[in-house]
Amino acid sequence: MTSGSRHYAARTGIENTMKTVLLVSALASVLIVLLIFVFTLKEAMPAFREIGFEDMLLGKVWRPGNDQYGILAMIAGSGLVTLGAVAIGVPLALGTAVFLSEIAPGWISGIVRPSVELLAGIPSVVYGLFGMVVLVPLVRTIPAPGNVGFGLLSASIVLAVMVLPTIANVSEFAIRSVPKGYREGSLALGATKWETIARVIVPAARPGIISAVVLGLGRALGETIAMIMVIGNSVVIPSASTGNPLSIFLSRARTLTGNIAVEISYATGVHESALFATGVVLFVLIMLVNSSARFLLKSSISRGGKN
Amino acid sequence: MATSRFTRKMAQGGAFTVFWLMGATAVLIMLFVVGYIMVQGIPQLNLEFFTTSPRGGLSGDGGIYSTVVTTFYMVVVTLLIATPLGVGAAIYLTEYSEKAESPIVRRLVRIARFGVETLAGVPSIIFGLFGYALFVSALNMGFSIMSASLAGACLIIPVVIRTTEEALKSVPDSYREGSLALGATKWETIRKVILPSALPGISTGILLSAGRIVSETAIFFVTLGGSYRVPHSLMSGGRTMALHVYYLAMETRAFDKAMSTAAVLVALIVLMNLAINLITSRISSKTR
Amino acid sequence: MRFVSMAAALLLATGASSAFAEEIIVSGSTTVQPLAELLAERYEADHGDVQIVVQGGGSSVGVKSIDNGTAHIGMASREIKESEIAENPEIVIHTIARDGIAIVTYPGFAVDELTMDQVRDIFAGEITRWNAVGGPNEMITVVAREEGSGTRAAFEELVLGESLMSADAILQPSNGAVRTTVTSTPGAIAYISFGYMDDSTMPVSINGAAPSAETVESGEYPVYRPLNMVTFGEPEGAVAQWLDFIKGADGQAIVAAEGYLPVN
Repeated sequence: MTSGSRHYAARTGIENTMKTVLLVSALASVLIVLLIFVFTLKEAMPAFREIGFEDMLLGKVWRPGNDQYGILAMIAGSGLVTLGAVAIGVPLALGTAVFLSEIAPGWISGIVRPSVELLAGIPSVVYGLFGMVVLVPLVRTIPAPGNVGFGLLSASIVLAVMVLPTIANVSEFAIRSVPKGYREGSLALGATKWETIARVIVPAARPGIISAVVLGLGRALGETIAMIMVIGNSVVIPSASTGNPLSIFLSRARTLTGNIAVEISYATGVHESALFATGVVLFVLIMLVNSSARFLLKSSISRGGKN
Repeated sequence: MATSRFTRKMAQGGAFTVFWLMGATAVLIMLFVVGYIMVQGIPQLNLEFFTTSPRGGLSGDGGIYSTVVTTFYMVVVTLLIATPLGVGAAIYLTEYSEKAESPIVRRLVRIARFGVETLAGVPSIIFGLFGYALFVSALNMGFSIMSASLAGACLIIPVVIRTTEEALKSVPDSYREGSLALGATKWETIRKVILPSALPGISTGILLSAGRIVSETAIFFVTLGGSYRVPHSLMSGGRTMALHVYYLAMETRAFDKAMSTAAVLVALIVLMNLAINLITSRISSKTR
Repeated sequence: MRFVSMAAALLLATGASSAFAEEIIVSGSTTVQPLAELLAERYEADHGDVQIVVQGGGSSVGVKSIDNGTAHIGMASREIKESEIAENPEIVIHTIARDGIAIVTYPGFAVDELTMDQVRDIFAGEITRWNAVGGPNEMITVVAREEGSGTRAAFEELVLGESLMSADAILQPSNGAVRTTVTSTPGAIAYISFGYMDDSTMPVSINGAAPSAETVESGEYPVYRPLNMVTFGEPEGAVAQWLDFIKGADGQAIVAAEGYLPVN
């Protein structure tokens, strides 16, 4: 191995060049985020200027033909479908996470875990197709005025299945991160396994579990294709059709994502700009949700380590 | 609390039954969805389905040949764009930033990490909008594989970064120290020692990304154009298999063809998942 | 590394083998897209050196894309707006067909006759149950297109007039999706382009006129709009030849066969 000074200088030169190249790659993500933000905001500005931020956010009527661009109905739609998905999906996801980490024998995990992974991999358009062909006719059988199957219930069920893997995965990680000492201490004190799980482990993993749910929330808010295939896309603020308040889930709705996807093909001028504005609102909303998830996860890790 | 041990055992039995049911439910849901799609879709699968392109018009006739080609191109081009950027970023974040020299660099690294985390959370329709506004319209690339791949690359860069970082972190420090002790520079160490060792993990990330691209619809809906033709250059538009499922379901009434295409998609994903699991188990057996 | 070069070679090879003498890119309205695809197929059968690629994107994209050069021909399922003409004074409009808009219902509802006023009131949400128009006592579900759609714009102008489309309507992003929804949702009523009518759709006569090419020609059926292709300036070469084919006897025969009205 020669180490003549010229050879060494060349290798150092390459070394320094590569360091810069790699730094630039690392910053590429930031650049892309900035680009996205700038471009989307730029396209959305005409709408914000002409319609007014407040009128858009709080406006109940979205009728571009009439120059009305209120997205409140879509915010309600996104919120409700996400709520429904979480209500259905979180118990199942948590149960699966606890099952996989504490209860299931090895070979059972070998069946359940890949199944959940497979659910994560199914394309959203396939979920939408399944929802259209199987769920919508099923939901239609529920007797309620105006119920045609398309709506929040079908969409919530589909969405719940789609976010189940995310929530289960992160929850399982949180549960597994609980120090062994907790388990052993609790069992040593005479608690049954179930009591240990319910009163010691899960509460200890709670911050991580909450962050898992919030991550699932973010994922649900961002879903587009499956939603526009089963939710009806009507621009109405969902309302209960019978006396039972739960029947609000039989109402049709439109999500923020659906608003963009359904109308982007034909929109021009202010209408198109308003769709980009919808995108900005969506972007900010999801960023808020994801930041809180990350914050919760970090605080749970630091807390777990300290104890 | 004077609850007898018996009652507590009963409670545990009850609770555990519930959990077993939940685990079973997860598996049953998967079997139901995948099973339904396969049962509905497989009967129509034959050689003709794969070798003919879809017809124009509303009939839904034809097969999926052009969509398979488009999907293939999309995966290859998107990976070509995203992998160097993603792997490069991961290398820097793992290997170079620890003993970062100046506070400016350390600040930059923190900004870079924040950028990756944020990018990972952006919903795909926003990538689609962005791709449409920048690549299709402003840069005049039109509906094309190029526009769509650039937009799609934004989606998978965080995936590549995350998996590559994990793969790099799992390479034992002794490798690095040994190589440096022999007189290699840092970059040479990375290129000749660390990367080859981390290759299985990086391949996992690439496979995961490929799976994401195959499944993705929203982004390409707004950037690919939806033509049923076989694309013949990077500037051609087209439709991926996932998009084809969407068009079949929404435009034509050929639900049988839609199910068949969906079945092919699901089968692809299953294969990719299997490959990933194979590689991961080989990694963990090696590091034992 | 080897894989990358293999993939690149594959890309180039496919590109080389399908390098046609002429490629025409058509983009725009999803309503016109299926018709354009069929016209393209028919033309290519006789002219092997031309490949016509039809993309979607919507009527407005169609007009924009010929302006910035990403397409040779734009498709629009509506009249070209004044603002669009003002922005593109070079635009040349070629009407390739007339397309009626038919009212269809969920099959088996036994209501196939309505007056124009009833149609308007149903779609505006004023009439909400079928028994008000001679059907069973069931809720009417309106299925419509999204805002900005050329089909919707034409319908609103010709049928709704001053009334506004019901806010409760199920909105779908294409004629095909509307058709799928209306034929599978009991109690549904929708408007779709003539070209999308088939055995599964149950058309409704308006003021005694059934939706068909004949009644539009005779003037009895008033709900129709032009299907346009637009170019930037006068077309030349292969583009002009294809447009001539479309406007000629062969092309118009296909137009008629698909359920649209020829232009004459």
